[in-house]
Amino acid sequence: MGMTITEKVLARAARRDRVAPGELISARVDVVLGNDITAPLAIREFRKIGVDRVFDPERVILVPDHFVPNKDIQSAEQAKEMRDFAREQGLTNYFEIGRMGIEHCLLPEQGLVGPGDVVIGADSHTCTYGALGAFATGVGSTDLAAAMALGETWFKVPASIKFIYEGELPEWVGGKDLILHTIGDIGVEGALYQAMEFTGPAIENLSMDGRFTMANMAIEAGAKNGIIAPDGRTIEYVRGRAQRPYEIFQSDPDAEYARVITYDVSQIEPQVAFPHSPDNTRPVTEAGQVEIDQVVIGSCTNGRLEDLRLAARVLMRHRVHKNVRLIVIPGTQEIYRRAMDEGLLAVFIRAGGAVSTPTCGPCLGGHMGVLARGERAVATTNRNFVGRMGHPESEVYLANPAVAAASAILGRIAHPNEVT
Amino acid sequence: MLLEGKAWKFGDNIDTDVIIPARYLSTSDPAELARHCMEDADPGFPGKVRPGDIIVGGRNFGCGSSREHAPLAIKGAGVSCVIARTFARIFYRNAFNIGLPILECPAAVDGIRTGDRVAVDTASGTIRNLTTGEEFAAKPIPPFMQEIINSGGLIAYVRRKLT
Ligand code: SF4
Repeated sequence: MGMTITEKVLARAARRDRVAPGELISARVDVVLGNDITAPLAIREFRKIGVDRVFDPERVILVPDHFVPNKDIQSAEQAKEMRDFAREQGLTNYFEIGRMGIEHCLLPEQGLVGPGDVVIGADSHTCTYGALGAFATGVGSTDLAAAMALGETWFKVPASIKFIYEGELPEWVGGKDLILHTIGDIGVEGALYQAMEFTGPAIENLSMDGRFTMANMAIEAGAKNGIIAPDGRTIEYVRGRAQRPYEIFQSDPDAEYARVITYDVSQIEPQVAFPHSPDNTRPVTEAGQVEIDQVVIGSCTNGRLEDLRLAARVLMRHRVHKNVRLIVIPGTQEIYRRAMDEGLLAVFIRAGGAVSTPTCGPCLGGHMGVLARGERAVATTNRNFVGRMGHPESEVYLANPAVAAASAILGRIAHPNEVT
Repeated sequence: MLLEGKAWKFGDNIDTDVIIPARYLSTSDPAELARHCMEDADPGFPGKVRPGDIIVGGRNFGCGSSREHAPLAIKGAGVSCVIARTFARIFYRNAFNIGLPILECPAAVDGIRTGDRVAVDTASGTIRNLTTGEEFAAKPIPPFMQEIINSGGLIAYVRRKLT
C-alpha cells in the first residue's frame, strides 16, 4: 500500500519507514513559529520547563505581525516581551518592523520553509506552507513552548482527502475562488482532523501565490493541513531562496484516501463568502445588492504580489466609491517594495485608497480598519466570523482581490467585469 | 477527576473569535480574558457563569484561530469542562495542554439543556445529567493525552522528559 505526501513527510520526520492515519507519532520539527500574540504566552511556558536555550536559534522563528506597529501600550509590551526573548536567545530569524511581513507571506519568501519540512506554528494559518509540499500545521502556545525546547512534537497522522481540480480557470477566478468553492462544498468541518491534498491540472497551472492562498484556507475547512505536491513551479520558487536543503515527496499512485472529490474549475465563478462563515459561499453574480463601507486587500491569504497586481489592474483609471474606505496592506516589506517599483501602490493611492505597512491589522479586527456596528466590508482575508473585523454586528464578505477592487469602485459587491 | 456544575449550551461551530474576540488579545491573563468569554454569543455569559459550570457545544467547537487564549478564557471563567459533538483540532490540543478537560459526546449534547445540573467523571468519560437522571458515555480520552494530563499538562510532561 502506498503513502500520501502528508504521510511520507511525517514518516521522515518521525524517522520511520511508514506511518498510517490515526497513529500517534513523535516527530522532529524543522521550524517552529510564533507571533506577537502567541509567542509571549509560549515564552512564559518555556521558562517553566527549566531549560535555558531553545533547541536551535535558527529554527525558532518569531514574527511580530498581528498588532504591530504597536496599536496600544499592552500590545507594545507583548511585542517587547518577544523582542527581548529573541535577543536573549540570539534568534537569527526575528523580523522587526521595516523588515518584517505577515508571517505566512514572509517565511516562504525568505526561504525559511521548504518542501518536505515539518513546521508547527502558534498560528492556525501555518498550514499555508503546505503549498510548498511541506507538512505545516497550527498549534497553541503551550505546544509551541514544548517544541521550542525539544525540537520535536507529537502528531496524530491525519487521513487525507484528495481534491482533483480539472479544467481551465476562467478569467478572474483564482486560488481564492477554488478554495472558497471547496469550503462552500464540504463545509467548515468538512475536513476536520484530515489533510487536504490539492491536485489536478488546474493546480499545476496555478501560480505559487495562488497555491499559498489555497493551502492557507485549509484550516477553514477544519483541516489539519493542506498540501500540494512540489512540481517545476515549486522548485523554481524555492531555488535561490531556500536556506536549507529540502526534499521532494509525491503521493504514491496507490495511496489511500478517505475521500476523493473532483471539481471542474471551468464551471466556477468568482466566489463570495457571506457572513458569518467561510462556507457560506455563492458566486459573485448571485450576491445581490450588498452595499459596503470598507474594502481590505491584504492578509496572509491575498496580500502577495500577484494579488496586488490583480487589484491594481481592476482599479487602474478608476476611483474608490465615495462611501468606501479602501485599505491595501502588502504582505511583506519585499512585496511592498516591489509593488512600489511596479507602480501598483501609485494606482491604489491615486484611486483614493490607503496603503499600509505590512501588518495583520484589520484581518483580525486588531487595528488599521476596525469596523463599527452595522458596517460591512469586503475583504480578501480568510475569516468572516462574528466580530472578526470589529463590532459583533459588523459583517465581512470574503472574496478575491479582483472582486474586492471592483467592489471598492462600485460601493457594493461587484464582479470585475462590471468595471473593466 | 469528578466535576459538577450547571450546563450552558451553545450551537455548532463556536469559533475562537466568539470564545474570546481578538480585540481582547493584547493580554493573556486568564482573569482578564474571562471577563469577555463568549460575550459575542451571549453578552451576559461572563456575569452568569459560576465556578464548576460546564459548557456544552455542538459540532466543531473551538474552530478558527490557534489562540490558546480561548481555552484559557473558558478556564479562567471557572468552567470545569467542555462537552461537544466534535472539537476543532487545535482547540482540542490546546485544551489538554493547559489542563481544561474536554469530552466528545454527541448523545450528551442532545440530552443536556441549559440550566441542567451535570456531573462528569473525566477518568471514565461518564457524563450524568442530574436534572433528568440520564447517563452518557463519552469517547475515552486517548492514552497519550491521559499521559499529558497525568503529568499535569504538557509543560510538566516536557520538564519530566528533559530532566
Ligand atoms: S493576516 Fe489574518 S489570518 Fe493571516 S496571520 Fe494575520 S491575523 Fe492571522
